[in-house]
Amino acid sequence: MAWDRNQMAERAAQELEDGMYVNLGIGIPTLVANYVGDKDITLQSENGMLGMGPFPYEGDEDPDLINAGKQTITELNRTAYFDSATSFGMIRGGKIAAAILGAMEVDEKGDLANWMIPGKLVKGMGGAMDLVAGVGRVIVVMDHTNKHGDSKLLRECTLPLTGKGVVDRIITNLGVLDVVEGGLKIVETADGVTEDDLRAATQATIV
Amino acid sequence: MQKIYPDAASALDGLLHDGMFIAAGGFGLCGIPELLLAAIKDAGTKDLTFASNNAGVDDFGIGILLQTRQVKKMISSYVGENAEFMRQYLSGELELEFNPQGTLAERMRSGGCGIPGFYTKTGVGTVIADGKDHKEFPTGENGAMETYIMEEGIFADLSIVKAWKADETGNLVFRKTARNFNPPAAMCGKTCVVEVEEIVPTGSLDPDNIHLPGIYVHRIIQGEHEKRIEQRTVRERT
Repeated sequence: MAWDRNQMAERAAQELEDGMYVNLGIGIPTLVANYVGDKDITLQSENGMLGMGPFPYEGDEDPDLINAGKQTITELNRTAYFDSATSFGMIRGGKIAAAILGAMEVDEKGDLANWMIPGKLVKGMGGAMDLVAGVGRVIVVMDHTNKHGDSKLLRECTLPLTGKGVVDRIITNLGVLDVVEGGLKIVETADGVTEDDLRAATQATIV
Repeated sequence: MQKIYPDAASALDGLLHDGMFIAAGGFGLCGIPELLLAAIKDAGTKDLTFASNNAGVDDFGIGILLQTRQVKKMISSYVGENAEFMRQYLSGELELEFNPQGTLAERMRSGGCGIPGFYTKTGVGTVIADGKDHKEFPTGENGAMETYIMEEGIFADLSIVKAWKADETGNLVFRKTARNFNPPAAMCGKTCVVEVEEIVPTGSLDPDNIHLPGIYVHRIIQGEHEKRIEQRTVRERT
């Protein structure tokens, strides 16, 4: 047993506290918005919006209103719009409390790789490097292993980095780990997963 | 002070030359200067360098200038939506400089503000930092030193941007997330040409709600915009 995508998103939502301004990445992180419940969370979209609302009803799509994944979205009564320089000013300036994003690899020093695989098509880093360098807390949500069954929690990242020493917490299908002095620390395990299971699936040093 | 031109071709007259550097606004296909890009295609100007967050799609936005091989180099943060771009890049026909998105926006803003370089934490310890000046500042907890890299301001020959409304003096108002890169892109060019959906009489915009003052705007055109949606996502009506 382990957590599925929705359970990982639900667990990640527990990281968010009332009043936080948060940036959610593409993929599982986007699902986190479904689990914030009654908490007063303001979502930032780095193309220039605070207070991102849900997808529009069919027929209400507005080409001038998209999120950073270029999907049509809606505004809320709290919404504010601004330009890209201002948007990354608030990211770089540490005003965004947390970013929740996916990753290809994370290592025991908190290094993160999620933007390019050498030899494969490189699409670009978008805003990922700015986010991990600037926000208060970086939470990675990803599967514990890749499709070949190899650990994505490594002693040292092998792919080109998005940021160095930037990750605070990792939430995988097997559990939750923090980046601490000397390696990764197990915070909790997923339903039906033992600490031994988690250690066996992890290449990084667990302290 | 006559800033209004009848169409995109006349607004660009005398401003285009081969090998020039153009800063363009827009994010994905949202808020792109689609009329001015089409006019640059018609003008046939070659060997262009573009600072633009994205490269459009194959048949819209900067993509139409890739089809005609008018682009020599792109400075962008994400180019994933364009197959022709990838083909030209992989075959070595097109130069590509990746910038982190916030670094690209700040490079434009800085250039427009007369700031030739600035320090940022973004990209420290990654390939983006290779060959760049590193410097430490006491910005950490209790004055701990943190490492930054220097990035350069962008000074473009021409800015092309899209706004929602302009008055006759060039004061601009943008709409929703179509603002994105348009203000910083507008600021960093020697000359800035703007396309809008509506030119309104001077005095009809609220002076407290101008998003970009007309000092940055040299030429304005009004036109019909296709405003294509890249990813149409909707929810069920309950």
